[in-house]
Amino acid sequence: MVGSAPATAAPPELKAEIKGLSFFYGQHQALKDVNLALPVNAVTALIGPSGCGKSTLLRCFNRMHDLYPGNRYVGEILLRPGNMNIISPRVDPMEMRLRVGIVFQKPNPFPKSIFENVAFGLRLKGINNRNVLADRVEAVLRSAALWDEVKTRLKQSAYALSGGQQQRLCIARALAPEPEMLLFDEPTSALDPAATAHIEDLIFQLKDHLTIVIVTHNMQQAARVSDETVFLYHGEVIEADKTSTIFENPSKELTSEYLTGQFG
Amino acid sequence: MIDTHRLIARRKRQDLIFNVLGIACTLVGIVTLVALLADLAVNGLGRIDWQFLTSFPSRKAANAGVLSAWVGSLLMMVVTITLAVPLGVAAGVYLEEYARKNWLTTIIEINIANLAGVPSIIYGLLALGLLVYQFHLGQTLLVGGVTLAFLVLPIVIVATREALRAIPTGIREAAYALGATRWQVIKDHLLPYSAGGIATGTIIAMSRAIGETAPLVTIGALAFIAFLPDAPVQSQFPFVNFKWLDSPFTILPLQMFNWVDRPNNPDNDFHRNAAAAGLVLILMTLSLNAVAIVIRYRLRKRIKW
Repeated sequence: MVGSAPATAAPPELKAEIKGLSFFYGQHQALKDVNLALPVNAVTALIGPSGCGKSTLLRCFNRMHDLYPGNRYVGEILLRPGNMNIISPRVDPMEMRLRVGIVFQKPNPFPKSIFENVAFGLRLKGINNRNVLADRVEAVLRSAALWDEVKTRLKQSAYALSGGQQQRLCIARALAPEPEMLLFDEPTSALDPAATAHIEDLIFQLKDHLTIVIVTHNMQQAARVSDETVFLYHGEVIEADKTSTIFENPSKELTSEYLTGQFG
Repeated sequence: MIDTHRLIARRKRQDLIFNVLGIACTLVGIVTLVALLADLAVNGLGRIDWQFLTSFPSRKAANAGVLSAWVGSLLMMVVTITLAVPLGVAAGVYLEEYARKNWLTTIIEINIANLAGVPSIIYGLLALGLLVYQFHLGQTLLVGGVTLAFLVLPIVIVATREALRAIPTGIREAAYALGATRWQVIKDHLLPYSAGGIATGTIIAMSRAIGETAPLVTIGALAFIAFLPDAPVQSQFPFVNFKWLDSPFTILPLQMFNWVDRPNNPDNDFHRNAAAAGLVLILMTLSLNAVAIVIRYRLRKRIKW
Protein backbone atom coordinates (compact mmCIF):
# COMPACT_ATOMS: atom_id res chain seq x y z
CA MET A 1 0.00 0.00 0.00
CA VAL A 2 2.88 2.29 0.65
CA GLY A 3 3.74 2.97 -2.95
CA SER A 4 0.22 3.77 -4.20
CA ALA A 5 -1.07 5.84 -1.30
CA PRO A 6 -1.33 9.55 -2.11
CA ALA A 7 1.10 11.63 -0.18
CA THR A 8 -0.73 13.04 2.82
CA ALA A 9 1.12 16.31 2.46
CA ALA A 10 -0.13 16.92 -1.09
CA PRO A 11 -1.24 20.55 -1.46
CA PRO A 12 -5.04 20.90 -1.46
CA GLU A 13 -6.75 21.75 -4.72
CA LEU A 14 -7.34 25.48 -4.88
CA LYS A 15 -10.54 27.36 -5.73
CA ALA A 16 -9.04 30.80 -5.78
CA GLU A 17 -5.68 32.40 -5.48
CA ILE A 18 -5.06 36.00 -4.43
CA LYS A 19 -1.85 37.54 -5.70
CA GLY A 20 -0.59 40.93 -4.56
CA LEU A 21 -4.08 42.33 -3.91
CA SER A 22 -4.30 45.94 -2.77
CA PHE A 23 -7.52 47.87 -2.49
CA PHE A 24 -8.16 51.59 -2.25
CA TYR A 25 -11.21 53.56 -1.12
CA GLY A 26 -10.25 56.79 -2.88
CA GLN A 27 -6.89 57.67 -1.34
CA HIS A 28 -7.24 55.30 1.59
CA GLN A 29 -5.53 51.94 1.18
CA ALA A 30 -7.69 49.31 2.88
CA LEU A 31 -5.82 46.19 1.75
CA LYS A 32 -2.05 45.90 1.42
CA ASP A 33 -0.49 43.29 -0.82
CA VAL A 34 -2.68 40.38 0.21
CA ASN A 35 -1.54 36.92 -0.92
CA LEU A 36 -3.78 33.98 -0.11
CA ALA A 37 -4.88 30.58 -1.41
CA LEU A 38 -8.40 29.30 -0.86
CA PRO A 39 -8.79 25.50 -0.95
CA VAL A 40 -11.75 24.13 -2.88
CA ASN A 41 -14.90 22.97 -1.04
CA ALA A 42 -13.64 24.24 2.29
CA VAL A 43 -14.62 27.04 4.63
CA THR A 44 -12.13 29.86 5.04
CA ALA A 45 -12.77 32.30 7.91
CA LEU A 46 -11.52 35.89 7.80
CA ILE A 47 -10.96 37.25 11.30
CA GLY A 48 -9.49 40.40 12.76
CA PRO A 49 -10.45 43.53 14.67
CA SER A 50 -12.95 46.08 13.30
CA GLY A 51 -11.55 48.01 10.35
CA CYS A 52 -8.88 45.43 9.58
CA GLY A 53 -10.18 44.97 6.04
CA LYS A 54 -11.82 41.58 6.31
CA SER A 55 -15.17 42.72 4.89
CA THR A 56 -13.34 44.76 2.27
CA LEU A 57 -11.45 41.65 1.21
CA LEU A 58 -14.64 39.59 1.13
CA ARG A 59 -16.43 42.17 -1.02
CA CYS A 60 -13.55 42.07 -3.55
CA PHE A 61 -14.53 38.49 -4.38
CA ASN A 62 -17.72 39.53 -6.11
CA ARG A 63 -16.78 43.09 -7.01
CA MET A 64 -19.31 44.72 -4.66
CA HIS A 65 -16.91 47.67 -4.53
CA ASP A 66 -17.73 48.40 -8.18
CA LEU A 67 -21.09 49.80 -7.12
CA TYR A 68 -19.49 52.87 -5.57
CA PRO A 69 -17.26 55.43 -7.24
CA GLY A 70 -13.62 55.97 -6.34
CA ASN A 71 -12.73 52.38 -5.49
CA ARG A 72 -9.68 50.75 -7.03
CA TYR A 73 -8.23 47.24 -7.11
CA VAL A 74 -4.60 46.30 -7.75
CA GLY A 75 -3.39 42.72 -8.19
CA GLU A 76 -5.19 39.50 -9.04
CA ILE A 77 -7.84 37.18 -7.67
CA LEU A 78 -7.73 34.08 -9.85
CA LEU A 79 -10.86 31.95 -9.78
CA ARG A 80 -10.54 28.32 -10.85
CA PRO A 81 -11.31 26.58 -13.08
CA GLY A 82 -10.32 28.94 -15.85
CA ASN A 83 -8.07 31.24 -13.85
CA MET A 84 -10.50 34.12 -14.32
CA ASN A 85 -9.05 37.24 -12.73
CA ILE A 86 -12.16 38.38 -10.85
CA ILE A 87 -11.02 41.95 -10.35
CA SER A 88 -9.76 42.59 -13.86
CA PRO A 89 -11.68 45.40 -15.58
CA ARG A 90 -11.87 43.09 -18.59
CA VAL A 91 -13.96 40.61 -16.63
CA ASP A 92 -17.67 41.41 -16.70
CA PRO A 93 -18.86 41.68 -13.08
CA MET A 94 -22.30 40.35 -14.10
CA GLU A 95 -20.75 37.16 -15.42
CA MET A 96 -18.40 36.80 -12.49
CA ARG A 97 -21.14 37.31 -9.89
CA LEU A 98 -23.01 34.31 -11.27
CA ARG A 99 -20.02 32.22 -10.08
CA VAL A 100 -19.57 33.93 -6.70
CA GLY A 101 -22.59 34.63 -4.49
CA ILE A 102 -22.79 36.63 -1.27
CA VAL A 103 -24.88 36.65 1.91
CA PHE A 104 -24.88 39.94 3.77
CA GLN A 105 -24.69 40.86 7.44
CA LYS A 106 -28.28 42.01 7.78
CA PRO A 107 -30.92 39.80 6.19
CA ASN A 108 -32.00 41.76 3.12
CA PRO A 109 -34.70 39.86 1.24
CA PHE A 110 -36.45 41.66 -1.59
CA PRO A 111 -39.88 43.02 -0.63
CA LYS A 112 -41.49 40.33 -2.76
CA SER A 113 -42.86 36.86 -2.11
CA ILE A 114 -40.64 34.10 -0.74
CA PHE A 115 -40.87 32.35 -4.10
CA GLU A 116 -39.90 35.45 -6.09
CA ASN A 117 -36.89 36.07 -3.86
CA VAL A 118 -35.39 32.74 -4.83
CA ALA A 119 -36.66 32.84 -8.41
CA PHE A 120 -34.93 36.14 -9.21
CA GLY A 121 -31.48 34.56 -9.51
CA LEU A 122 -32.92 31.80 -11.68
CA ARG A 123 -34.67 34.25 -13.99
CA LEU A 124 -31.36 36.09 -14.39
CA LYS A 125 -29.94 32.85 -15.72
CA GLY A 126 -32.74 32.76 -18.29
CA ILE A 127 -34.95 30.17 -16.57
CA ASN A 128 -38.53 31.31 -17.13
CA ASN A 129 -40.47 28.06 -17.51
CA ARG A 130 -42.88 27.94 -14.56
CA ASN A 131 -42.48 24.24 -13.82
CA VAL A 132 -38.72 24.38 -13.99
CA LEU A 133 -38.73 27.46 -11.78
CA ALA A 134 -40.97 25.79 -9.20
CA ASP A 135 -38.76 22.68 -9.10
CA ARG A 136 -35.57 24.66 -8.79
CA VAL A 137 -36.96 26.97 -6.11
CA GLU A 138 -38.01 23.94 -4.08
CA ALA A 139 -34.63 22.28 -4.49
CA VAL A 140 -32.79 25.44 -3.46
CA LEU A 141 -35.04 26.05 -0.46
CA ARG A 142 -34.42 22.44 0.61
CA SER A 143 -30.68 22.89 0.41
CA ALA A 144 -31.03 26.05 2.52
CA ALA A 145 -33.00 23.99 5.09
CA LEU A 146 -36.00 26.28 4.74
CA TRP A 147 -38.41 24.31 2.57
CA ASP A 148 -40.41 22.66 5.36
CA GLU A 149 -41.01 25.99 7.06
CA VAL A 150 -42.15 27.89 3.97
CA LYS A 151 -43.62 25.33 1.56
CA THR A 152 -47.21 26.29 2.43
CA ARG A 153 -46.63 30.02 2.12
CA LEU A 154 -44.36 30.61 -0.85
CA LYS A 155 -46.59 33.47 -2.03
CA GLN A 156 -46.30 35.35 1.25
CA SER A 157 -43.97 38.27 1.77
CA ALA A 158 -40.40 37.44 2.69
CA TYR A 159 -40.77 39.99 5.47
CA ALA A 160 -43.33 37.75 7.20
CA LEU A 161 -40.43 35.42 8.10
CA SER A 162 -38.34 35.61 11.27
CA GLY A 163 -34.83 37.09 11.11
CA GLY A 164 -33.17 33.66 11.01
CA GLN A 165 -35.56 32.45 8.33
CA GLN A 166 -34.96 35.61 6.32
CA GLN A 167 -31.23 34.98 6.45
CA ARG A 168 -31.70 31.39 5.27
CA LEU A 169 -33.91 32.76 2.50
CA CYS A 170 -31.05 35.07 1.52
CA ILE A 171 -28.75 32.04 1.46
CA ALA A 172 -31.26 30.23 -0.76
CA ARG A 173 -31.45 33.28 -3.00
CA ALA A 174 -27.65 33.31 -3.31
CA LEU A 175 -27.59 29.54 -3.99
CA ALA A 176 -30.19 29.71 -6.76
CA PRO A 177 -27.82 30.68 -9.61
CA GLU A 178 -25.61 27.72 -8.54
CA PRO A 179 -22.46 29.65 -7.63
CA GLU A 180 -19.15 27.86 -7.14
CA MET A 181 -18.20 30.07 -4.25
CA LEU A 182 -20.32 31.66 -1.53
CA LEU A 183 -19.29 34.63 0.60
CA PHE A 184 -20.73 35.28 4.06
CA ASP A 185 -20.31 38.73 5.61
CA GLU A 186 -20.93 38.22 9.33
CA PRO A 187 -24.11 36.32 8.48
CA THR A 188 -25.21 35.68 12.05
CA SER A 189 -24.39 38.93 13.80
CA ALA A 190 -28.06 40.00 13.71
CA LEU A 191 -29.41 36.61 14.81
CA ASP A 192 -30.13 34.81 18.09
CA PRO A 193 -28.11 31.72 19.14
CA ALA A 194 -30.63 29.18 17.83
CA ALA A 195 -30.83 30.82 14.41
CA THR A 196 -27.04 31.13 14.42
CA ALA A 197 -26.64 27.39 15.06
CA HIS A 198 -29.00 26.72 12.18
CA ILE A 199 -26.93 28.83 9.78
CA GLU A 200 -23.69 27.23 10.96
CA ASP A 201 -25.11 23.74 10.31
CA LEU A 202 -26.09 24.93 6.89
CA ILE A 203 -22.61 26.23 6.13
CA PHE A 204 -21.24 22.85 7.17
CA GLN A 205 -23.53 21.07 4.69
CA LEU A 206 -22.93 23.53 1.87
CA LYS A 207 -19.18 23.09 1.84
CA ASP A 208 -19.68 19.66 0.26
CA HIS A 209 -19.96 21.31 -3.10
CA LEU A 210 -19.11 24.96 -2.45
CA THR A 211 -16.10 26.98 -1.52
CA ILE A 212 -17.06 29.25 1.34
CA VAL A 213 -15.47 32.40 2.71
CA ILE A 214 -16.91 33.77 5.93
CA VAL A 215 -16.15 36.99 7.76
CA THR A 216 -16.88 36.74 11.46
CA HIS A 217 -16.37 38.69 14.64
CA ASN A 218 -17.06 35.62 16.67
CA MET A 219 -13.93 33.56 17.35
CA GLN A 220 -15.91 30.51 18.47
CA GLN A 221 -17.82 30.64 15.21
CA ALA A 222 -14.60 30.76 13.21
CA ALA A 223 -13.29 27.79 15.18
CA ARG A 224 -16.54 25.85 14.74
CA VAL A 225 -17.24 26.29 11.04
CA SER A 226 -13.96 26.92 9.27
CA ASP A 227 -11.20 24.71 7.90
CA GLU A 228 -8.81 27.56 7.23
CA THR A 229 -8.48 30.83 9.09
CA VAL A 230 -6.94 34.08 7.92
CA PHE A 231 -6.05 36.75 10.47
CA LEU A 232 -5.98 40.28 9.09
CA TYR A 233 -4.73 43.40 10.78
CA HIS A 234 -4.57 46.91 9.32
CA GLY A 235 -5.24 45.60 5.83
CA GLU A 236 -2.50 42.99 5.90
CA VAL A 237 -2.61 39.23 6.24
CA ILE A 238 -0.75 38.47 9.46
CA GLU A 239 -1.26 34.75 9.42
CA ALA A 240 -3.17 32.20 7.34
CA ASP A 241 -3.26 28.52 8.15
CA LYS A 242 -5.41 25.57 9.15
CA THR A 243 -7.98 26.71 11.69
CA SER A 244 -6.70 24.25 14.28
CA THR A 245 -3.16 25.57 13.87
CA ILE A 246 -4.24 29.21 14.14
CA PHE A 247 -6.27 28.63 17.27
CA GLU A 248 -3.98 26.15 19.05
CA ASN A 249 -0.56 27.05 17.88
CA PRO A 250 -0.34 30.37 16.08
CA SER A 251 3.09 31.28 14.81
CA LYS A 252 2.74 35.05 15.17
CA GLU A 253 2.65 36.92 18.44
CA LEU A 254 -0.05 39.31 17.14
CA THR A 255 -2.38 36.41 16.29
CA SER A 256 -2.24 34.90 19.75
CA GLU A 257 -2.68 38.32 21.34
CA TYR A 258 -5.81 38.89 19.26
CA LEU A 259 -7.19 35.43 19.95
CA THR A 260 -6.67 35.79 23.67
CA GLY A 261 -8.55 39.08 23.62
CA GLN A 262 -5.64 41.40 24.35
CA PHE A 263 -6.88 43.83 21.66
CA GLY A 264 -9.59 44.20 19.05
CA MET B 1 -39.68 66.65 46.34
CA ILE B 2 -41.81 69.75 45.96
CA ASP B 3 -39.36 71.16 43.48
CA THR B 4 -39.63 68.05 41.32
CA HIS B 5 -43.42 68.31 41.31
CA ARG B 6 -43.24 71.92 40.32
CA LEU B 7 -40.78 71.20 37.55
CA ILE B 8 -42.94 68.46 36.14
CA ALA B 9 -46.04 70.67 36.37
CA ARG B 10 -44.20 73.39 34.48
CA ARG B 11 -43.12 71.03 31.75
CA LYS B 12 -46.63 69.72 31.42
CA ARG B 13 -47.87 73.29 31.08
CA GLN B 14 -45.36 73.93 28.31
CA ASP B 15 -46.47 70.74 26.62
CA LEU B 16 -50.09 71.87 26.80
CA ILE B 17 -49.30 75.33 25.45
CA PHE B 18 -47.51 73.91 22.46
CA ASN B 19 -50.33 71.46 21.90
CA VAL B 20 -52.92 74.24 21.81
CA LEU B 21 -50.69 76.37 19.60
CA GLY B 22 -50.25 73.51 17.17
CA ILE B 23 -53.96 72.85 16.94
CA ALA B 24 -54.59 76.56 16.38
CA CYS B 25 -52.09 76.70 13.51
CA THR B 26 -53.57 73.60 11.91
CA LEU B 27 -57.05 75.06 12.22
CA VAL B 28 -56.07 78.26 10.41
CA GLY B 29 -55.31 76.20 7.34
CA ILE B 30 -58.30 73.90 7.59
CA VAL B 31 -60.80 76.67 8.37
CA THR B 32 -59.60 78.75 5.44
CA LEU B 33 -59.95 75.82 3.09
CA VAL B 34 -63.39 74.88 4.40
CA ALA B 35 -64.53 78.52 4.18
CA LEU B 36 -63.37 78.72 0.57
CA LEU B 37 -65.11 75.49 -0.33
CA ALA B 38 -68.26 76.51 1.51
CA ASP B 39 -68.34 79.84 -0.24
CA LEU B 40 -67.97 78.16 -3.63
CA ALA B 41 -70.61 75.59 -2.71
CA VAL B 42 -73.12 78.18 -1.49
CA ASN B 43 -72.73 80.19 -4.67
CA GLY B 44 -72.24 77.45 -7.17
CA LEU B 45 -73.77 74.17 -6.01
CA GLY B 46 -77.27 75.12 -7.13
CA ARG B 47 -75.96 75.85 -10.60
CA ILE B 48 -74.38 72.46 -11.19
CA ASP B 49 -76.68 70.19 -13.15
CA TRP B 50 -76.62 68.09 -16.27
CA GLN B 51 -77.27 71.14 -18.45
CA PHE B 52 -74.27 72.96 -16.94
CA LEU B 53 -71.94 70.05 -17.63
CA THR B 54 -73.15 69.43 -21.18
CA SER B 55 -73.52 73.00 -22.52
CA PHE B 56 -71.08 75.18 -24.33
CA PRO B 57 -70.47 78.77 -23.15
CA SER B 58 -73.21 81.23 -23.95
CA ARG B 59 -73.97 84.92 -23.71
CA LYS B 60 -76.84 84.03 -21.35
CA ALA B 61 -75.60 82.83 -17.98
CA ALA B 62 -78.52 80.46 -17.55
CA ASN B 63 -77.73 78.67 -20.82
CA ALA B 64 -73.97 78.62 -20.40
CA GLY B 65 -72.05 75.51 -19.41
CA VAL B 66 -68.56 74.09 -18.97
CA LEU B 67 -68.58 71.25 -21.50
CA SER B 68 -65.69 72.51 -23.64
CA ALA B 69 -63.81 73.58 -20.50
CA TRP B 70 -63.87 70.31 -18.57
CA VAL B 71 -63.24 68.25 -21.70
CA GLY B 72 -60.32 70.58 -22.47
CA SER B 73 -58.92 70.26 -18.94
CA LEU B 74 -59.28 66.48 -18.98
CA LEU B 75 -57.61 66.02 -22.38
CA MET B 76 -54.89 68.45 -21.35
CA MET B 77 -54.17 66.31 -18.29
CA VAL B 78 -53.95 63.22 -20.49
CA VAL B 79 -51.30 64.89 -22.65
CA THR B 80 -49.43 66.32 -19.66
CA ILE B 81 -49.26 63.07 -17.70
CA THR B 82 -48.36 60.90 -20.70
CA LEU B 83 -45.43 63.21 -21.36
CA ALA B 84 -44.33 64.23 -17.87
CA VAL B 85 -44.37 60.85 -16.11
CA PRO B 86 -42.20 58.82 -18.52
CA LEU B 87 -39.82 61.73 -19.08
CA GLY B 88 -39.59 62.62 -15.39
CA VAL B 89 -39.16 59.04 -14.20
CA ALA B 90 -36.52 58.33 -16.83
CA ALA B 91 -34.63 61.50 -15.93
CA GLY B 92 -34.87 60.73 -12.20
CA VAL B 93 -33.64 57.16 -12.70
CA TYR B 94 -30.79 58.37 -14.88
CA LEU B 95 -29.65 61.00 -12.39
CA GLU B 96 -29.92 58.65 -9.43
CA GLU B 97 -28.68 55.36 -10.90
CA TYR B 98 -26.60 56.06 -13.99
CA ALA B 99 -25.09 59.55 -13.88
CA ARG B 100 -21.67 59.91 -12.36
CA LYS B 101 -21.32 62.60 -9.75
CA ASN B 102 -19.42 65.38 -11.50
CA TRP B 103 -19.79 69.08 -12.16
CA LEU B 104 -22.14 68.50 -15.08
CA THR B 105 -24.62 66.46 -13.07
CA THR B 106 -24.32 68.93 -10.20
CA ILE B 107 -25.30 71.75 -12.56
CA ILE B 108 -28.20 69.68 -13.89
CA GLU B 109 -29.37 68.98 -10.34
CA ILE B 110 -29.25 72.64 -9.33
CA ASN B 111 -31.11 73.52 -12.51
CA ILE B 112 -33.88 71.04 -11.84
CA ALA B 113 -34.32 72.38 -8.33
CA ASN B 114 -34.49 75.92 -9.73
CA LEU B 115 -36.86 74.98 -12.54
CA ALA B 116 -39.41 73.91 -9.94
CA GLY B 117 -39.44 77.51 -8.74
CA VAL B 118 -39.69 79.28 -12.11
CA PRO B 119 -43.00 81.22 -12.41
CA SER B 120 -45.39 79.34 -14.63
CA ILE B 121 -45.90 82.25 -17.03
CA ILE B 122 -42.25 81.90 -18.07
CA TYR B 123 -43.07 78.40 -19.28
CA GLY B 124 -45.91 79.96 -21.21
CA LEU B 125 -43.53 82.41 -22.89
CA LEU B 126 -41.12 79.59 -23.69
CA ALA B 127 -43.90 77.55 -25.26
CA LEU B 128 -45.18 80.55 -27.20
CA GLY B 129 -41.77 81.36 -28.60
CA LEU B 130 -40.59 77.83 -29.23
CA LEU B 131 -43.62 75.67 -29.95
CA VAL B 132 -46.07 78.21 -31.39
CA TYR B 133 -43.84 80.61 -33.33
CA GLN B 134 -40.76 78.48 -34.03
CA PHE B 135 -42.26 75.06 -34.66
CA HIS B 136 -45.66 76.38 -35.84
CA LEU B 137 -47.54 73.86 -33.76
CA GLY B 138 -50.44 76.23 -33.27
CA GLN B 139 -52.39 77.14 -30.16
CA THR B 140 -53.50 73.59 -29.60
CA LEU B 141 -54.14 71.00 -26.92
CA LEU B 142 -50.82 69.39 -27.77
CA VAL B 143 -48.89 72.60 -27.18
CA GLY B 144 -50.81 73.26 -23.95
CA GLY B 145 -50.09 69.75 -22.70
CA VAL B 146 -46.42 69.97 -23.60
CA THR B 147 -46.17 73.31 -21.76
CA LEU B 148 -47.72 71.91 -18.61
CA ALA B 149 -45.53 68.82 -18.90
CA PHE B 150 -42.44 71.08 -18.87
CA LEU B 151 -43.90 72.84 -15.87
CA VAL B 152 -44.42 69.73 -13.74
CA LEU B 153 -41.41 67.78 -14.96
CA PRO B 154 -39.20 68.89 -12.04
CA ILE B 155 -41.84 67.69 -9.56
CA VAL B 156 -41.85 64.21 -11.10
CA ILE B 157 -38.05 64.08 -11.31
CA VAL B 158 -37.57 65.10 -7.68
CA ALA B 159 -40.26 62.66 -6.47
CA THR B 160 -38.66 59.82 -8.45
CA ARG B 161 -35.22 60.53 -7.01
CA GLU B 162 -36.52 60.73 -3.46
CA ALA B 163 -38.38 57.44 -3.90
CA LEU B 164 -35.25 55.75 -5.27
CA ARG B 165 -33.10 57.07 -2.44
CA ALA B 166 -35.51 55.65 0.12
CA ILE B 167 -34.74 52.09 -1.03
CA PRO B 168 -32.24 50.50 1.40
CA THR B 169 -28.70 49.96 0.07
CA GLY B 170 -28.87 46.31 1.06
CA ILE B 171 -31.66 45.64 -1.45
CA ARG B 172 -29.68 47.22 -4.26
CA GLU B 173 -26.52 45.32 -3.34
CA ALA B 174 -28.41 42.03 -3.10
CA ALA B 175 -29.81 42.46 -6.61
CA TYR B 176 -26.43 43.37 -8.12
CA ALA B 177 -24.73 40.56 -6.19
CA LEU B 178 -26.88 38.00 -8.01
CA GLY B 179 -25.43 39.16 -11.31
CA ALA B 180 -28.19 41.49 -12.43
CA THR B 181 -27.39 44.29 -14.85
CA ARG B 182 -28.22 47.84 -13.94
CA TRP B 183 -31.32 47.78 -16.10
CA GLN B 184 -32.51 44.51 -14.51
CA VAL B 185 -32.03 45.99 -11.05
CA ILE B 186 -34.00 49.07 -12.07
CA LYS B 187 -36.80 47.23 -13.86
CA ASP B 188 -37.28 44.34 -11.43
CA HIS B 189 -36.52 46.09 -8.14
CA LEU B 190 -35.99 49.83 -7.96
CA LEU B 191 -38.96 50.91 -10.10
CA PRO B 192 -41.48 48.56 -8.46
CA TYR B 193 -40.32 49.56 -4.97
CA SER B 194 -40.40 53.28 -5.75
CA ALA B 195 -43.67 53.23 -7.70
CA GLY B 196 -45.64 54.43 -4.67
CA GLY B 197 -43.47 57.50 -4.24
CA ILE B 198 -43.52 58.20 -7.96
CA ALA B 199 -47.34 58.00 -7.90
CA THR B 200 -47.42 60.52 -5.06
CA GLY B 201 -45.24 62.87 -7.11
CA THR B 202 -47.56 62.38 -10.07
CA ILE B 203 -50.57 63.33 -7.93
CA ILE B 204 -48.87 66.55 -6.85
CA ALA B 205 -47.85 67.28 -10.45
CA MET B 206 -51.39 66.70 -11.68
CA SER B 207 -52.93 68.92 -9.04
CA ARG B 208 -50.49 71.66 -9.97
CA ALA B 209 -51.09 71.31 -13.70
CA ILE B 210 -54.87 71.23 -13.66
CA GLY B 211 -55.12 74.59 -11.93
CA GLU B 212 -52.59 76.40 -14.12
CA THR B 213 -53.97 79.25 -16.19
CA ALA B 214 -51.23 81.76 -16.89
CA PRO B 215 -49.00 79.71 -19.24
CA LEU B 216 -52.02 78.54 -21.22
CA VAL B 217 -53.36 82.07 -21.62
CA THR B 218 -49.90 83.02 -22.83
CA ILE B 219 -49.85 80.41 -25.57
CA GLY B 220 -53.39 81.39 -26.53
CA ALA B 221 -56.04 79.23 -24.91
CA LEU B 222 -59.43 80.58 -25.94
CA ALA B 223 -62.05 81.64 -23.44
CA PHE B 224 -64.99 80.95 -25.72
CA ILE B 225 -65.10 77.60 -27.47
CA ALA B 226 -68.38 76.22 -28.69
CA PHE B 227 -67.19 72.90 -30.04
CA LEU B 228 -65.36 69.81 -28.80
CA PRO B 229 -62.09 68.39 -30.11
CA ASP B 230 -62.44 65.25 -32.24
CA ALA B 231 -63.09 62.20 -30.12
CA PRO B 232 -59.86 60.33 -29.31
CA VAL B 233 -61.59 56.98 -29.96
CA GLN B 234 -63.54 55.98 -33.05
CA SER B 235 -65.47 52.96 -34.22
CA GLN B 236 -63.31 52.20 -37.28
CA PHE B 237 -59.80 50.83 -37.33
CA PRO B 238 -57.40 51.88 -35.77
CA PHE B 239 -59.97 52.95 -33.15
CA VAL B 240 -57.90 55.87 -31.90
CA ASN B 241 -57.13 59.12 -33.61
CA PHE B 242 -54.93 61.98 -32.64
CA LYS B 243 -56.69 64.84 -34.42
CA TRP B 244 -57.86 66.11 -31.03
CA LEU B 245 -54.30 67.06 -30.23
CA ASP B 246 -54.44 69.64 -32.98
CA SER B 247 -57.59 71.31 -31.67
CA PRO B 248 -57.90 74.75 -30.05
CA PHE B 249 -58.94 74.46 -26.44
CA THR B 250 -60.17 76.10 -23.31
CA ILE B 251 -59.77 74.93 -19.74
CA LEU B 252 -61.81 75.18 -16.57
CA PRO B 253 -59.75 77.83 -14.72
CA LEU B 254 -59.81 80.03 -17.79
CA GLN B 255 -63.57 79.64 -18.23
CA MET B 256 -63.95 80.48 -14.56
CA PHE B 257 -61.80 83.58 -14.88
CA ASN B 258 -63.77 84.69 -17.92
CA TRP B 259 -67.03 84.53 -15.96
CA VAL B 260 -65.64 86.22 -12.86
CA ASP B 261 -64.46 89.03 -15.08
CA ARG B 262 -67.98 90.00 -16.19
CA PRO B 263 -69.95 92.71 -14.37
CA ASN B 264 -72.20 91.41 -11.64
CA ASN B 265 -75.72 91.38 -12.96
CA PRO B 266 -78.57 89.71 -11.01
CA ASP B 267 -80.45 88.85 -14.21
CA ASN B 268 -77.46 87.34 -15.95
CA ASP B 269 -75.47 85.90 -13.05
CA PHE B 270 -72.14 84.77 -14.43
CA HIS B 271 -70.58 84.85 -10.99
CA ARG B 272 -72.67 81.85 -9.96
CA ASN B 273 -71.41 80.08 -13.06
CA ALA B 274 -67.84 80.87 -12.02
CA ALA B 275 -68.39 79.38 -8.58
CA ALA B 276 -69.96 76.31 -10.10
CA ALA B 277 -67.05 75.95 -12.54
CA GLY B 278 -64.70 76.20 -9.55
CA LEU B 279 -66.52 73.34 -7.87
CA VAL B 280 -66.30 71.25 -11.02
CA LEU B 281 -62.57 71.95 -11.15
CA ILE B 282 -62.10 70.87 -7.53
CA LEU B 283 -64.17 67.74 -8.11
CA MET B 284 -62.10 66.91 -11.18
CA THR B 285 -58.86 67.36 -9.27
CA LEU B 286 -60.08 65.17 -6.45
CA SER B 287 -61.29 62.42 -8.76
CA LEU B 288 -58.05 62.42 -10.75
CA ASN B 289 -56.20 62.17 -7.45
CA ALA B 290 -58.50 59.38 -6.34
CA VAL B 291 -57.62 57.41 -9.47
CA ALA B 292 -53.92 57.96 -8.79
CA ILE B 293 -54.33 56.92 -5.15
CA VAL B 294 -56.08 53.70 -6.17
CA ILE B 295 -53.25 52.96 -8.61
CA ARG B 296 -50.70 53.70 -5.87
CA TYR B 297 -52.51 51.39 -3.46
CA ARG B 298 -52.46 48.59 -6.04
CA LEU B 299 -48.77 49.13 -6.70
CA ARG B 300 -47.94 49.10 -3.00
CA LYS B 301 -49.95 45.98 -2.37
CA ARG B 302 -47.64 44.04 -4.65
CA ILE B 303 -44.63 45.19 -2.65
CA LYS B 304 -44.53 43.38 0.63
CA TRP B 305 -42.21 45.08 3.07
